Formats: sequence, C-alpha cells, structure tokens
Amino acid sequence: MIRLQDHFTFTLRSVTRQRFRTTMQLVAMAIGVLAVVLLTGIGEGGRRFVMAEFASLGNDVLVMLPGRKETTGGLPPLTGEGTRDITLNDAQSLIRISGVERIAPIVVGTSRLSISGLSRDSLVLGTTQDFFNIRDLAFSQGQAFTTRQGSRSRAECILGATLRDELFGPKRALGQWINVADYRCRVTGVLTDSGTGFGFDMSNALMLPVDNAMQIFNTEGLFRVMIQIENIDAVPAMTTAVEQQMTLRHDGQLDITIVTPDSLLSAFNNVLLIMTFAVAGIAAISLLVAGVLIMNMTLIGVAQRRAEIGLLKALGASSKEVRLLFITEATLLATSGAVLGMLIAEVILLGLRVKFPEVPFATPVWASASAIGISAVAGVLFSWIPAQKAAKLPPVLALQAQAGK
Amino acid sequence: MTEATTETNTEAIRVRGVHRRFQLGDQTVHALNDINLDITQGEYISVMGPSGSGKSTLLNMLGLLDVPDEGQYWLAGKDTVPMSEEERAGYRRDHIGFVFQSYHLVPRLSARENMELPMMLAGIPPAERRKRLEPVINRLGLTERAGHKPEQLSGGQRQRVAIGRAIIMQAPLLLADEPTGNLDTHSGADVVELLEELNAQGITLIVVTHDMALGQRAKRRLRMVDGAIVSDDTFAIIPSEEPAL
Repeated sequence: MIRLQDHFTFTLRSVTRQRFRTTMQLVAMAIGVLAVVLLTGIGEGGRRFVMAEFASLGNDVLVMLPGRKETTGGLPPLTGEGTRDITLNDAQSLIRISGVERIAPIVVGTSRLSISGLSRDSLVLGTTQDFFNIRDLAFSQGQAFTTRQGSRSRAECILGATLRDELFGPKRALGQWINVADYRCRVTGVLTDSGTGFGFDMSNALMLPVDNAMQIFNTEGLFRVMIQIENIDAVPAMTTAVEQQMTLRHDGQLDITIVTPDSLLSAFNNVLLIMTFAVAGIAAISLLVAGVLIMNMTLIGVAQRRAEIGLLKALGASSKEVRLLFITEATLLATSGAVLGMLIAEVILLGLRVKFPEVPFATPVWASASAIGISAVAGVLFSWIPAQKAAKLPPVLALQAQAGK
Repeated sequence: MTEATTETNTEAIRVRGVHRRFQLGDQTVHALNDINLDITQGEYISVMGPSGSGKSTLLNMLGLLDVPDEGQYWLAGKDTVPMSEEERAGYRRDHIGFVFQSYHLVPRLSARENMELPMMLAGIPPAERRKRLEPVINRLGLTERAGHKPEQLSGGQRQRVAIGRAIIMQAPLLLADEPTGNLDTHSGADVVELLEELNAQGITLIVVTHDMALGQRAKRRLRMVDGAIVSDDTFAIIPSEEPAL
C-alpha cells in the first residue's frame, strides 16, 4: 500500500507540476462557482431591495378607504370611490379603540395656489398633526400644525420642499400668506425632501388642517384614514375592530375597506415571486454551465493521464490505489477551485455593496452551498468515472495510449 | 498441481499451453498459439520474429500485464492465471521489472522520483528508499542528472532511468521490449551493456527485439511466427565476451 504521506506528495506534485492543466481546471471550477455565487448574489440583492421598499411603507399602518371592494389579487383599491362617506367624526371615533395609536384623516384635492400674482396648480392634502408622525416626515423649517386638539383649526399650511422652492425661490417662505382657491393660510412649516411614497409626492404638496381642506373642497367625506396601531402582530384583530366600529356607525353596513400592509405586499407578491424564480433559474443555469466546464476539463485531464494509469499499474499499483490517487487529485482541485471562485465572487459583491449601498447584495447560503457542492461533486464524479474505466483497463491497453504520443 | 511448489528455485518461469486471442473487427487474431516455455533463473533470452508474430503479447503475458485465455503460467512457483488483478499488481511489483521502447517515464517527475515510484507504490519508507536509490543512481551514472525531468535527459539517459526503475525493487525478472529501439547506436550499446551486466549478476533477462545483432547476443534465442514459438535454440556464446554492438 502507498503510504498516506506519499499519496499526498504524489497528488501535490501532479497538481503543482502541471501548471497549465491545473490552472485551466481551477479556472473552470472557479468560473462555475463565481457565476452562481455572483448572479444569485445580485439577484437576491435586487429581491431584498424590492422587499425593503415595500417594508418602508410601514408595517403598523392600516389604511381605511370608503366603499367595499373585495381584494382578490391585483392591486388593492387605492382609488376606491365609496357609496357612503367616511366623516371626520367617524375617523375621530377610531382613536377610542384600544390598540389604535394614532389616526390621520386625509382629504386630497388639487387647487390653485397664488401669491402676489404668481399662481400654480398643486396637490392639496388636508390632514392632522399625526399624519406627519405616522409618515415620519421631518421639517426643514418651522413646525407642524399648531392647532390644539379639539379646537377649530387655524389658517395655516405646510409646504413640500419642491413646492416651496417653486413658489418662493430664494425668498423666505415661513410666515408668508398663500391663497388656496379663495382661502388664505400662513406658511408655518416646510418639509424636508423625503421623496415619494404611497402614491403622493409630498415634496410637491401643500398640507392644510383637515377641516379647512374639507371646506375648500366642499366635502364631508374623507379620502383615506391612516390608522397606526400599537402592536404589529395585532393587524388582523385591529382590522376587525375597526370594521366593527365602522359597521356600527354606518347603520350596520360594512362599507369601508381596510388595506393592510400584508395585503399590499401580497399584491406585489407576483413580482417578488418572479424575482425569486429568476434568481433560482440563474443559479440553476450557472450550476449547469459550471458542471459542464468542470466535466470537460476533467475528462481532458484523464485522457492525458491514461498512459500514466497503465504505467502505475505496471509498476505494481492496484486499481484501487490508482483510482484513489485520481480522486484525491480531483477533490483537491475541485475544492480549491470552488473556494477560489467563491472568494472572487464575494470580493465583487463587496465592491458592489460599497458602490450601491442601498441594494443589499448578498448570496443566499443555499446558493453558495449548492455551488460548492455541485462543483465538487461534478469534479469528483467526472474524474471518477473515467478513472474507474482507465483503472479497469488492462495495463497493456492503457500503456498503448502513450504510443501515439 | 503440487509439482510447482516442489519445484527448485532455479525454475523461474513455466508456461503451459497458453493461448491468447484478440478480436480485431470481425477477425480473431491468434496472438499466442499454444506456448510452452521453461525458463531458469539467470537466463538471457531474446525473442525475435516479424511484426505481429506475438512477441509483445508474449512479453506482456510474461509480465502479467496480460492474461492468457487458456493455459497456465507459473511465476516464481505460483500459477498467476487465476490471480485477481490486485494480486497480479502486487506480484508484478515484486517480481518483474519492465523496460519499454518508449521509456514510459512520468514527465512531471524527476529522474530520481521516477526511479522511486515502484518503492513508493510498495509503501517503502522514505529513508529506506533513499538508501536503495543512491547505489542504483551511481551505478547508472545518473548522479548529476537525478534531479532532471525526463524532457531534459537524452534518450539513453531516459532508458537508464527506466532500467533503474525496473531494478529498484530487486525483481528477479527483467522484461525489455525493444530497449534500444529509440536509441542511437552508441546509447543503445550502453543500455545493452547495462542490461547484460545485470543479467550477469543473476537477473533473468528477456529481450524482445527486431534487431538481429541485439537478438544474437542472447544465449537462448526464441523465434516466433504467427503466435507460436517456431524455434528455441541455446548457443554457447557468452554475451559478455563480445563487445557490445
């Protein structure tokens, strides 16, 4: 029997002294693993990015809208028109349900804003102080509504960042009066630029106390009510509680719809599902390519080594020993190639994370594991089968393979 | 069956009624046809004959690289035909040294490592291997070339490395298939001289060759035609008395 140490020395020599073959095989293996790890890392990063975008809507906010619509897939009724209005009193009654932290009634419309001869059409949003808390909106200047709870609202308004710039330019906005249709309000706050979210571009909107907005638009009905709840886990219970309350107030008729964060997420589920399939598909194809690459390189190696197998047998190695030598070598190459490929992939992913910090590029563990697993199996299997065949060959025939050399 | 075990040590090889057939397309080639042979330890034998006469097949069979379809082959007192491939490999390692026309050295190993290979396969510890290698390397005149790869050696040197590898296990039987076939006259003479020296020390030497001059140096000469031994003559010439080729 060959001594263990000799076994490894022989294998190591075979690997280190045939640089071209070793390099090619390492490259094949590394490319295979690299492709899988990198592609799934990018795919998974994209998927997580989309997930995070939806999560930023807020998990603890229910949105109530007038009218009853069944959500059987597809987008929830964001623009639903109800049969019966949700009044301000309806909204305010919800705060008495235990578990409700904040509510923000919303009225939306478009109106003409004008200051000293300049005028512009703009989105006008009527709401309450809590709206800014629920949506986590920050002020660059001034503050939110100063109206105290319960008392009649003052004539005040808040501007989105873009709208402020367009209306006032370099001039000071705080404290200025704006005409909103035939209503006047004083600017008490300016929002920081927080981008879009939930269908409204807040930086282009003007915000008024909700009762004032209802007067301007001459409506009794609210467009939406945002309900922030205390406990995220209580979403289904709170949904039921709000529905019961509203049914009670609307003479036994359930004519409102509550959109939960979950139902929003499930509406986009198809998109996410396709993302997941895409990632899995990419991984599968990369693995296949890796397997074929590895197979080819290993087969070439074995064809070249056939005469050597014959020689080793002529010199007194048993078939088992010859096979073992080959498998050790293949395993060594496969593992180093796989590790090499994974390291390169991780470095590239790290670079991507630095370059695009908002996308969480990361390879799922299952992808890395199966990439390494499959390339190792492919490397060993595809060298094992031909090595097995060559080892079974009578030494004469195996030796003759070199005659053509 | 018991006669083999009671055989004296001097009978190294006994072949009885050996046949070997190959299938080439729809043709069956009778490569060995009823071979009977007795060889005593220390004999010097040449095997000659036209191409395709079965010389190499005979050598492969004697070297346990090939198995007869029929017949018996006793080597060092044991019938080798019923052995398993694994057993045969071990037997080959301990009893037989090969010298091939195209050397068959492992290209990535140095001369020394090539010669070491059979000892490594036999599981001999490194210290013992070094001890055995030194005298062989010296004797083959390869001291300065021992660290070189085969591609850096001349044909003659390569064949000497191959001979070194063949004798390192101190096998009693040396099989040479056209050992000078790829060599120029001068290196060829060198190699023949070396082989004959080994034979003089008691190794059984069987040389397969096309080369009349080489073949006639052997005391015992076999001639093969169509897979059969057609003549088996022993001459009185003592090879070492004649200058090598």
